[in-house]
Amino acid sequence: MNRRLLLKRAASVATTLPFFSCAASAAEPAPDTAATAWGGGELRRVGIWDAHCHVGTPGTSPAKRMAALVAIADRVGIERLCICMSPPWFHEATPEQFRASNDDVLEILRHWSARAFGFVYLNPTYLRESLDELERCVADGPMIGIKLWVGCRCNRSELDPIVRRAAELAAPILQHTWIKQRGRGNLPNESTPMELAELSARHPGVPLICGHTGGGDWAAGIRAIRARPEISADLAGGDPVYGEVEMAVRELGARRVLYGSDASGRSFASQIGRVLGADISDADKRLILRENLRNLLLPALRRRGIAP
Amino acid sequence: MHDDGLIDTNVWLSAWPTRGSWAATPRALVAKLRRHGVVSAWTGSFDAALHTDIAGVNARLAEACARDGEGVLVPFGTVNPALPDWEEDLRRCHEVHRMAGLRLLPGHHGYQIDDPRLARLVEFAAQRGLPIQIVCSLEDPRSPSPGLIAPSVPAAPFIDVIKKIPRARAMLLNAAARPVAGNAALLRRFADAGNLALEIATLEGVAGIAALLESAPTLPIAFGSCAPFFYFESALLKLQESPLTPQQLDAVRHGCARGLLAAASAR
Ligand SMILES: [Zn+2]
Repeated sequence: MNRRLLLKRAASVATTLPFFSCAASAAEPAPDTAATAWGGGELRRVGIWDAHCHVGTPGTSPAKRMAALVAIADRVGIERLCICMSPPWFHEATPEQFRASNDDVLEILRHWSARAFGFVYLNPTYLRESLDELERCVADGPMIGIKLWVGCRCNRSELDPIVRRAAELAAPILQHTWIKQRGRGNLPNESTPMELAELSARHPGVPLICGHTGGGDWAAGIRAIRARPEISADLAGGDPVYGEVEMAVRELGARRVLYGSDASGRSFASQIGRVLGADISDADKRLILRENLRNLLLPALRRRGIAP
Repeated sequence: MHDDGLIDTNVWLSAWPTRGSWAATPRALVAKLRRHGVVSAWTGSFDAALHTDIAGVNARLAEACARDGEGVLVPFGTVNPALPDWEEDLRRCHEVHRMAGLRLLPGHHGYQIDDPRLARLVEFAAQRGLPIQIVCSLEDPRSPSPGLIAPSVPAAPFIDVIKKIPRARAMLLNAAARPVAGNAALLRRFADAGNLALEIATLEGVAGIAALLESAPTLPIAFGSCAPFFYFESALLKLQESPLTPQQLDAVRHGCARGLLAAASAR
């Protein structure tokens, strides 16, 4: 989709949202008019990059499902979407299952390479097959990152060869983490941020993304990754509870914090909204909504000759 | 252009004990809401979830809204039908504090949504023309602090309660999370009840409002943010994320909320 069409769509959206403080700092409350913020394409000027999307929107083909997702992303100023794990989802995906899921993403990338980046879904329990899939989709294919979900605890040694190959390919790893009921409620092979910090300590300097940053218990998740500067915190997928963004910026620095949505199960809006609403500088909001992810992906994109 | 402003049906004073708040004072809360075009915010108190002296909580809520609410904060007092003499709390909310409605917390107060005491309360509130809000969840049950997590309140059994009291008007708060929003048959039953509304604070899924209305076109859906527990902007941006007709947008922004108040007080 070209830029002119994007701008046209932006202009057609009637709701008005003064988000950034530059638009909302007037001493008098701004009236609710169509003349401000969104009418001026404020979010679109940021050009949001989303670190964490699944193409679960309805449609008769993967590309059509993606078209439905992009149409909604366009309404809230999202320029690029990292996509992975096409449904159906299996907690303990077999090689056949993760390959089929990746085939869908490859199909989407054939149509949507200007908007989407692919992360290959692996299950390190099947190490040989995972390494082969990494070659197929990233080394020899169009994907640029790796997604690991709940098939294998991420502190296990099976991940080491994957992390080493990822480093060679400059492919960042997005590892799902959650801390449910202080860890007692986690699925048997569901990772925590503490386990991701263990993995990171074995691979210093290799960029990792802490998916969900522990989820509802993000305050523990942020602490768990604080001492590992190569781990970025993904904000995706929790309720938009006040405080997470402020704490992440305070404890990790804004450059380690990434906006992600976990769409289509989550709302783009609820997840973008917490960055917009956070008590941090506009410069930090722009880092989180776009620049940090862009910088993280640049080595992989350059490797592929893509200059976004 | 939306000349009739935005009504936020899910706003709170005081901070939830496990979380901070972006609004240190009621004035800070009002300032941000007004900046985003909110003309009226239905406001309860988090203290009501954990305090037994609910009469005291309601009095402080009414006073804070009157003192600092700048005409925006509209207090919704809480009544706990599991407490002795709750009828007096209801009377004070209506006659002394002149509240516009009530906000109930069955999960925190330990009664079921089909408890006969709740049905009586709904009936009494209807007689006084007060709409009822029922809080179905607050914290993600997967979060920490197990001592403070109330069980999520299943909304479906309330349909049978409210249908028996047709003059009652009710709204379910924080009820639109995935298990409900993804259940089209249940949404249509909500819509068919005719006197029951939802709000969007915990609604997720891309373009969630449009998806709800596709499942149940006549379902009354109001704007709600659960501020300041949630970031207000998360709810606000949902209005933009969904492609809505001007009529649908107006209904969510204020029509549903105004209609609920008008229908309740027209008894
Ligand atoms: Zn995800």
